[in-house]
Amino acid sequence: MIKIKNISKSFGDKQILDGISGTFDQGKTNLIIGSSGTGKSVLLKCIVDLIHPDTGTIFYDLRNFSEADKDLKAEIRREIGMLFQGGALFDSKNVEQNVMFPLDILTKMPLDEKLDRVNFCLHRVGLENVNRKMPSELSGGMKKRVGIARAIVNNPNYLFCDEPNSGLDPQTSILIDELILEITKEYNTTTIVVTHDMNSVMGIGESILFLYKGHKLWEGANNDIIHSGVKELDDFVFSNKIMRGMKDR
Amino acid sequence: MLKEFGRYVTFLGSLLVRRESFRTYYHLIIEECILIGVNSVVLVALVSFFMGAVTTVQTAANLVSSFVPKFVISQVVREMTMLELAPTVIALIYAGKVGSSMAGGLGSMRISEQIDALEVMGINASSYLVLPKIIASITMYPLLVVLAVACSLFGGYLIGTTAGIVTPTEFIYGVRYNFNPFYVVVVMVKASVFSFLVASISCFKGFYTSGGALEVGISSTQAVTTSVISILTADYLLVQLLLG
Repeated sequence: MIKIKNISKSFGDKQILDGISGTFDQGKTNLIIGSSGTGKSVLLKCIVDLIHPDTGTIFYDLRNFSEADKDLKAEIRREIGMLFQGGALFDSKNVEQNVMFPLDILTKMPLDEKLDRVNFCLHRVGLENVNRKMPSELSGGMKKRVGIARAIVNNPNYLFCDEPNSGLDPQTSILIDELILEITKEYNTTTIVVTHDMNSVMGIGESILFLYKGHKLWEGANNDIIHSGVKELDDFVFSNKIMRGMKDR
Repeated sequence: MLKEFGRYVTFLGSLLVRRESFRTYYHLIIEECILIGVNSVVLVALVSFFMGAVTTVQTAANLVSSFVPKFVISQVVREMTMLELAPTVIALIYAGKVGSSMAGGLGSMRISEQIDALEVMGINASSYLVLPKIIASITMYPLLVVLAVACSLFGGYLIGTTAGIVTPTEFIYGVRYNFNPFYVVVVMVKASVFSFLVASISCFKGFYTSGGALEVGISSTQAVTTSVISILTADYLLVQLLLG
C-alpha cells in the first residue's frame, strides 16, 4: 500500500499540485486520471521521487519514503518497477540486455539464472524470440511490453505505469491494460497507473483518483464514476461519446 | 552564469556519490574508451598530418633569410605541434566530435526518460552515465594527442622532403635539436585538462536537457561552444602557469 499526504508542487509561480492526499491499495490497479496538464505525471514522479514535492509525505507500506535515509530509499527503490510513457528502453542495449539490466545492477544472480528470469518475463508479456532485437526494431506495443517485462523482472512490490496506452491502437491498449491487471493480481503489487484513457478507466480502474487543475476532486471505483456528481469529472468522463451513451441508457 | 557554474560544480560532486560496483564501471569505461578514443583515431591522424604539412610549408615560406638554417623549419613545426596545435586544436575538434556526441546522447536519454528509468531503479544516473565518459576521455585524449604529434611531424616530414623544402637529415636534426623534455609535461597537462573540460561540460549540458529534439540540438551546440571557450581560457592559464 502507498499512502500520500498533502503533496504540493510548484514550478516557479505555477502551482501544479495542491495538497493531494490518497491511498493506493495493494493488489489493486489504482488509477490517477485527469485531463492533460492537470499534474498526473508530476504526482507519479513525486511518488517515485523523480521530482521532489515542495510539501507532503509519501509512505510505502508504513515506511516514510520522504524522510528515508539513502539506504532505506535504495531498499524501497529496489521494490519499484516502472513503465514509462515511451517505454524508456535503453537505445544501446538489446531487448534481453534491457530486461536484464535491473538484475545486473541490483542483484548478484548468476548469468544463467538471470537469463531464465528474463525469458520468463518476456514470455509473460507475450514476447518470444525478440531477445536480440534493438529497441529501434520494435513497434510501440512491443516497446511497452518490454518495458513491462523490465519493470517486473525484479519481482517488484510496487508497479507504476505512466500513460501505458499513449500512442497505441485501441486493441493493443486493451492488451496492455489486461496485462497490467493480470500482473497486479499475480504478483499482488500496489499498482498506480496514470491515464486519461476512458477505456482503461472502465476496464481496469479498481480505484480511481481524479485530478483537476492540481486538486484532487474525486476518489472512488470505476462503477461509481458515472454517478459521481462532480461536474468536472462528468465533463471529463462524458467527453467520450460511448460514455455519454452509457449514461443516457 | 554564476548559478550555472554552481550547478556544474554540484553536478561534478554528484558523480562521486552512490557509485556502482567497480565491475560495472570497468565495462562502461572500456566501452567509452572505444567510442571516444578508437573511433577518433582516423580523424585525429588525418587532421594532424595536414596540420604538420601546412606548418612546414608555411614556415618555409616565411623563412626568407638564407642565414637561417633549414632545420629550423622542423624545429618550429615541433614546437608549434607540441605546444599548441596537437593539444589545443585537436581539443577543439575533439569538442566538436566527442563533446557534441556526449551531449546529444545524454540529452536524448533525458527526453526519452531513460535517465528517469535509471533513477527509479535506484541508480545514480549521473555517476553511472557520466563518470565512465570522463574517465575514458582523460585516458584516451592524451593518447590521441601523442598520436597527433606523431602524425603532424610525419606530415611535415613527408611534405617537407618530397617538396624539396628540407632534406630528411635536416628535418630529423631540427626535430631533435634543443628539445626541452618539460614540454612533454606541458602537453600531457594540457591534454588532461582539456579532455576533462570537454567531457564534463558536454555531459553537464546533455544531462540537464529538458524539452524535445530541438533542445537536444541546442544542448549539443552549447556543449561545443562552452567547451571551446573553456579550452581556450584554460590554454592561456596553463601556458601562463607552466611556461610564463
